[in-house]
Amino acid sequence: MSRWDESSLYQLTSVRFRLLLREPEAVFWIFVFPILLAMGLGIAFRNRPADVLQVGATTAELTRALDADKGLAAATMDEAAGTHALATGNILLLAIQRPEGVAYKFDDTNPDARTARLLADRAVQTAAGRQEAVPAKNELVHETGSRYIDFVVPGLLGMNLMGSAMWGLGFSIVDARQKKLLKRMVASPMPRWQYLTSFLLSRLAMLVIEVAAFLGFARLVFGVPFRGSLWQLGLLCVLTSLAFSALGLLVASRARTLEAVSGLMNLVMLPMWILSGVFFSASRFPVAIQPVVRALPLTAAIDAMRGNMLQGINLVQLAVPVAILAAWLVVPFAVSLRIFRWR
Amino acid sequence: MTGMQMAETTERAIDVKVPSLLLRGLRKAFGDVVAVNGLDLEVAGGECFGLLGPNGAGKTTTIEICEGLTAPDAGSVELLGLDWGAGAGQLRQRIGIQLQETQFPEKLTVEETLRLFRSFFERGISVEESIRTAQLEEKRKARVGGLSGGQKQRLAMACALVGDPELLFLDEPTTGLDPQARRHLWDLVEQLKQAGRTIILTTHYMEEAERLCDRVAIMDHGSVIALGTPQQLIASIGGEHIVEFAVTSCEPGAQEASAHDAAHGVVDAEPLKAIPGIQSHRVDAGLHLLSVSELHTAVPRIFAALREQGLHLSEFRTHSATLEDVFVGLTGRNLRDE
Repeated sequence: MSRWDESSLYQLTSVRFRLLLREPEAVFWIFVFPILLAMGLGIAFRNRPADVLQVGATTAELTRALDADKGLAAATMDEAAGTHALATGNILLLAIQRPEGVAYKFDDTNPDARTARLLADRAVQTAAGRQEAVPAKNELVHETGSRYIDFVVPGLLGMNLMGSAMWGLGFSIVDARQKKLLKRMVASPMPRWQYLTSFLLSRLAMLVIEVAAFLGFARLVFGVPFRGSLWQLGLLCVLTSLAFSALGLLVASRARTLEAVSGLMNLVMLPMWILSGVFFSASRFPVAIQPVVRALPLTAAIDAMRGNMLQGINLVQLAVPVAILAAWLVVPFAVSLRIFRWR
Repeated sequence: MTGMQMAETTERAIDVKVPSLLLRGLRKAFGDVVAVNGLDLEVAGGECFGLLGPNGAGKTTTIEICEGLTAPDAGSVELLGLDWGAGAGQLRQRIGIQLQETQFPEKLTVEETLRLFRSFFERGISVEESIRTAQLEEKRKARVGGLSGGQKQRLAMACALVGDPELLFLDEPTTGLDPQARRHLWDLVEQLKQAGRTIILTTHYMEEAERLCDRVAIMDHGSVIALGTPQQLIASIGGEHIVEFAVTSCEPGAQEASAHDAAHGVVDAEPLKAIPGIQSHRVDAGLHLLSVSELHTAVPRIFAALREQGLHLSEFRTHSATLEDVFVGLTGRNLRDE
């Protein structure tokens, strides 16, 4: 054995690493799950040649008029059957022939239904002989970087870094505490800071594999762009992972049982899953709660990663989210060192 | 006193005259429960010292205070002439600890676990040697999760030994093991004793304390109620033999009149206590126990006394007194009553 091989920090870190790799569930959640999720979302939200919207009409004449529009696929049905089809989501809109004209039945909170309403009305008016007042033609853009998959990949990356860091630390520490292993460790001459540091080091080693696998997949399969500098993106991943590790440490610093720490973890992560803009932009939330949304570490992490990957902006321009992440690293770490229960 | 002087004149004196463990006026309470109540102990270098007592007697709290894992409310702790304030770093290197119910990571192998613990110590024995000492050679590459209870306990022991400690703490090392695994572990402790280490162990098995320990402190309700070599303690109850018997009435008439009494064998204890050589009498679950010093003269007289009372012996046996009998004699309870 060489010298570095015998050092306790190396031993602690390599033990952590080995224990994680010997846990098949952990390997699945960290490495396989995000790729499956990205694949699923990529397929669900792939850019199809403009969606064809399903609609219904009460007369054959109306159906012909609607079918004339390339964006619509119409079927004839009576009003009762149409209402049922609407309720079950089989059609987005039902056009009803009334003595005084045409009525459209649709859900105006559904964007697709609103689109169907515009297309249907245009088709009906055109069939009735309306002329366009201004000549217009379409110039289509299908650029990478503006698709949903491009938007969601940084979100999934941030969410995955949060999950693996928090579970990785929180669960292992509480498990060791529950099994009295933590107590046995501090009964030995092991330096306590090395125990906690070994978690961070093994996390960083894991991070390299995890991020490379996920982003490599996103690049190869979906062609997701990397417009910013890669080393800055790497730095953002490290900072994100460390901030969530600190948060995981804080959550685990007092809990005595796995049940308790699981509850706490979900309590901490749930608001971020909802508010931090993993799947849609966080700016959709009301202005009143925006300060809270912006202050969450996951929002900051995802904003910074989207800025880097999609807009290609550098760390200096991302100073605000980076500062928020740094604060989430320092404060929970300092607090948990003070309140950590070693037995 | 000589120990104190040695420590003052030569710092870090590793000398048999410096007590390996010195406890003075130790107290610890958890809420309203006083776990340790004014404990004084001194353990010399090279000694194997046992803390014996029922569950809840304060053994584990005491040993964890010694190990620097629990802070006492009052009193002083000195190990190898050092205390847990200034000397903590050095002490951790020089003592070995085996805790109750530590579960090592199940997915690590025996060798990996030991290499990890070895890395914490500046000096010590090799991982190979610790595996050999604990007789885990065949299990070197096996995962901890697949070990038997006895093997896990030997691994815990090996983890305590990798730093080649001068002072070894073993907290209930054989609790929950089957008799064979227990004897196996006893052999290991014997080896360590012969290597000249100071060992402090807790147990609630009196045969373990008798077999392994040079001196024993019997604890109950947080205090030491007896201290000495196992032989001294056994001698202290007066008789080195214990007579156990149970009786039924043998007179046909009496059986109907007082069937209840007869079934329980009502014995008038006074004539028994008057027999020379009988030190004490007590009843435990229908069984009468006499502590006897001269068995050969006392036994015929016991028979005679019982016959006079019209009682018939349904059980009769004798054994040499053990620490269990000492505990029972001191507290009126069995070690494993709790």
